[in-house]
Amino acid sequence: MARLADAAKVLRSKNSGPFQVTFDIMFDDGATYRAVRDSGVLSPGLIARLYGVQETEVKIVSYDAANAIKVTIPRRCSSGSAQDTDVYGAQYHVLLDIELPA
Amino acid sequence: MATDEIRVLSATGILGYGFPQESFEEGLRRKPHVIGIDAGSTDSGPYYLGSGKSLMGRESVKRDLSIALKGARALGVPLIVGTAGFSGADVHLSAAYELLREIAQENGLHFLVALIHAEFDKEYLKAQLRAGKIRSFVPGTRELTEDDIEGSTRIVGQMGVGPFIRALDMGAEVILAGRACDTAIFASYPLKNGFPHGLAVHMAKILECGAYCAVPGAVADCMMGTLRSDHFVIEPLNPRRKCTPTSVAAHTLYEQPDPYLIYEPEGVADLHDAVYEQLDGGRVKVSGSRFLEAGQYTIKLEGCRNVGYRTIAIAGVRDSAVIRRIDEIEASVRAHVENTLAGNTDPGSYRLKFRRYGLDAVFEAMEPERHSGRTYELGIVIDVVARTQELANAVCAVARSTLLHCEYEGRKATAGNLAVPFSPSDIAVGPVYEFNVYHLLQVDDLTAPFEVELVEL
Repeated sequence: MARLADAAKVLRSKNSGPFQVTFDIMFDDGATYRAVRDSGVLSPGLIARLYGVQETEVKIVSYDAANAIKVTIPRRCSSGSAQDTDVYGAQYHVLLDIELPA
Repeated sequence: MATDEIRVLSATGILGYGFPQESFEEGLRRKPHVIGIDAGSTDSGPYYLGSGKSLMGRESVKRDLSIALKGARALGVPLIVGTAGFSGADVHLSAAYELLREIAQENGLHFLVALIHAEFDKEYLKAQLRAGKIRSFVPGTRELTEDDIEGSTRIVGQMGVGPFIRALDMGAEVILAGRACDTAIFASYPLKNGFPHGLAVHMAKILECGAYCAVPGAVADCMMGTLRSDHFVIEPLNPRRKCTPTSVAAHTLYEQPDPYLIYEPEGVADLHDAVYEQLDGGRVKVSGSRFLEAGQYTIKLEGCRNVGYRTIAIAGVRDSAVIRRIDEIEASVRAHVENTLAGNTDPGSYRLKFRRYGLDAVFEAMEPERHSGRTYELGIVIDVVARTQELANAVCAVARSTLLHCEYEGRKATAGNLAVPFSPSDIAVGPVYEFNVYHLLQVDDLTAPFEVELVEL
């Protein structure tokens, strides 16, 4: 099957405050949305591994009104601090572009 | 309720981003009861709060504010600007006020302006901390200490609707507020007039981003919201844009962790039962948003501290022999810098970082392509943050010259390892800050901490 970015209409990331980054995965149609949501592929365990965070720090919400899945994790360091590489958190999404199960 | 509906015009997503004059005039034709603009954000990092400066150019802010002010005065309706000066501390509020005064003078406008202060006194906050009234906002982040408060450059609190309503009650025709919840800018006037809290906050949440919720979306355009007793209607003012139930519903995904819940100082707007319906003219009707009053009111505090001064140098590497050995070259440059400065400089007083664009600058150790060997060109940013600007300049100079000339195994290009694009090569960036306060302050009164100052212009 396709990669997540192919199946989704929108795959984006952005700060949710200076200490968290939040991902929006939005689908054109309800069927694809439900298929991805129900496949369970976007699990806290996977996201924790991809981003090097604790499983308990991963928050996932599905949002039927917009055919969207939302994921929020802590940032690697706070936005704009000396070590930061992505002040807006706008490129975090790239690692989330996983292969979907067939 | 004194009226059947409240019409709220949002001029643009952030003051200074601009908006089409035609959209704004289309909005004015709908006779808004109030015009609101959000003027700031923490999105761009801590520098603007720390330095007291704005991300926005003065001329673009002046342009937006002039048009909005003239429109509001022509209709005789309040103009509300929140998070003035981009970060909403007193220094930002003063700068915004000076600009407003200049515009008023140039246009011969006279009105009553309210300045709402959002900067918090450190001694007051320390006392609140000792009383157990401050807790962390993001789960898992550490609790605040008195040292954090003392070490902060400045600390602001996000005001809710209370201070805005107070200013309106005092007769303010223009409100310049310090740090404010984006929603409070747009929800305060409807709430003052007794409209439902959940709908007012939900509508405000959509309006604060300009026309971002339309298709095509844009932050730099106007949007109209009409609030009635049991629903609100979102209407784009630019004929190029339409709102759809999905585009409006999707908006509450943006920049916040839960699309169903909008957290405010007064409580939480619950959108689980929100219903979105298409109307003609690209408008969308929304109903069903509720509000749950909090058992304990809270104000979100934001503060940052100075962590040093930055100097950078930018260079390109095209020689594959250098790219292949970049890790060891970097290590040898690091060692050389340390040796050169040894004796005079404590190694703990500076931090040297190589940001290797084209290899792993964005994800660093998490970069999956790091060892793919596909890189044919590297952009290197030598990034030094040190205790003083002079030290940052000095460390960057040594690192840059060493990287340019250092030896590595198999080196044939013995004249230089870097393509340096600029002369001068080193750029002093200035102070660096980091957020060190992002906590909730428990209060019984959400209005009292924010002083409202009235000025006749």
